[in-house]
Amino acid sequence: MLSDRKSDMSEPHIRMNDLNVWYGSYHILRHITADIPAQGITAIIGPSGCGKTTLLKSINRLLDEMEGTRVQGQIWLDGMNIYDNGVDVTEVRTRVGFLAPKPSPLPMSIYDNVAYGPRIHQHDHNSRGSKNQDLDRIVELNLRAAGLWEEVKDRLRSSASQLSTGQQQRLCLARALAVKPDVLLCDEPTSALDPIAAQKIEAQLRELKKERTIVVVTHMLRQARRMADHVIFLWMGELVEAGPAMQMFAKPRDGRTQAYLDGDIG
Amino acid sequence: MAPSTPTEFIEKWLAIPKRLSRQTLDRLAKKWMGFQTVAVGMLVPLIALALLLRAQPILTVRPLGELLFGTTWHPIKQAFGFYPFIMGTLWVTITSMIIAVPPSLMVAIYLAEYAPQRVRALIKPLIDLLAGIPSVVYGVWGVLTVVPLIRNYVAPTIDRWLSFVPLFQSDNPTGYSVLAGGVVLAVMVFPIIIAVAEEVIHAVPRDLREASLAMGATRWQTMKYVTLRKAVAGVIAAIGLGFSRAFGETMAVMMVVGNVPKVPSSILDSAYPLTALIANNYGEMMSVPLYDAALLGAALFLMVVVLIFNIASRLTLVRLVQHS
Repeated sequence: MLSDRKSDMSEPHIRMNDLNVWYGSYHILRHITADIPAQGITAIIGPSGCGKTTLLKSINRLLDEMEGTRVQGQIWLDGMNIYDNGVDVTEVRTRVGFLAPKPSPLPMSIYDNVAYGPRIHQHDHNSRGSKNQDLDRIVELNLRAAGLWEEVKDRLRSSASQLSTGQQQRLCLARALAVKPDVLLCDEPTSALDPIAAQKIEAQLRELKKERTIVVVTHMLRQARRMADHVIFLWMGELVEAGPAMQMFAKPRDGRTQAYLDGDIG
Repeated sequence: MAPSTPTEFIEKWLAIPKRLSRQTLDRLAKKWMGFQTVAVGMLVPLIALALLLRAQPILTVRPLGELLFGTTWHPIKQAFGFYPFIMGTLWVTITSMIIAVPPSLMVAIYLAEYAPQRVRALIKPLIDLLAGIPSVVYGVWGVLTVVPLIRNYVAPTIDRWLSFVPLFQSDNPTGYSVLAGGVVLAVMVFPIIIAVAEEVIHAVPRDLREASLAMGATRWQTMKYVTLRKAVAGVIAAIGLGFSRAFGETMAVMMVVGNVPKVPSSILDSAYPLTALIANNYGEMMSVPLYDAALLGAALFLMVVVLIFNIASRLTLVRLVQHS
């Protein structure tokens, strides 16, 4: 059934409609209209500075946190325009998780990092007692989902900063998953990692896509080829081409996509 | 030919650098500036040493405990107890910190986290200006505004509603009080705490906040559980710097605290801080034996306490910078 929905292009999970973004007076994203299908991995590719990260961060309104940014247009998430007035941003971000390029463990223990999300949503940050077992379970579940459990299960209470960079990134993945987002945005999730650590993250994402919609920004074409089910190609702030990965990589429609894939531009 | 007029004399000396090679000049300049740097650096130990030497006479004949905890100050009878003055300083300083710290931290958090760039750029220099106002101006403001306010409004109100609390009981009708000193000092330490705390909070990496916000945390939750947690050592250092400023302040305090050498028991009592003791008395009745040594001993004590607070705060800040 999952694979059914994956191929069901008529019902995208995220629909961007004439999205425009400005940094000050700089028009960084121009008239982006694209669909992101439910489940599977959608890769946003394109050369540096083309607006990949901006597009990604617009999907959970992290752009709001940057001063001087202006957004116009709509992004529909399960039938709700997240840029409507009165939309609860924290709610959007709970449903749309984010994994940054550089791992950023919070200044607390491994356990508390994963428990952070569930706790802030309980409105009772330091709850102890009956909730404890639930939390233990959530932490274990998500550390397993991030492929980190076996490596840290004996030192959950030690500081997260003692982990290696690769482990920290998987911890950040576990932390993001702990609030059960339907969508996971990954901004060059392996760019700070060595190849082995990168491979582990990729493997986890491939596993996770079965139940979630994953959007990955990458400037590594090979990574996109390895992982993506769908591809969005951006060029200088404009969407050039979007579609299933197979078709995009084999027979791109636009000359610029072909040139980028061939390594002639970007 | 010997120079005859002052102009010629000056010109002759000004011409010397031109005759030296530029390498020699560079070496000389480096040495001279280096010497001045060392000289400035030596000031702290030299001042401490001078104070120690001048305080020596009383330190040798009186045990330190008797000086610090003696309650009587009567130089003519050779009684030199600092205790009322130390307590005066502590009362005023702690009152000022209680008043100053919460709003300072809130301003720092607002500026670092919530304020738009324009507001931040406008308010920060204004707050820094507060730090540059001469303390006597604050003192005058205290005398003209704070003291009458306390005398006419605050004290009667407290007397009416809170007189059952010992901390607020007093028969001092003047308004010259610990509270007045605390208020004036609080305004003086605002800019220090705000500036340093804002800087440390602002320096917490953006990625960390983003990681928290991206999970649906509110800004306040992010502040409370992530940013402040990361910045806590620096915030404590900021408070420490404010404390040592308040502890050592003289002019503004002595204008408003009443200068009665008695251990205060209420914030409406008068007090007599150590700094005021030194400033008011040094230079008078110096023929009284040990008087001079006693006052300089008090100065030494002040300096040591302030230095400890300052060094501890700065070390914390330095370590924080190295870690991030």
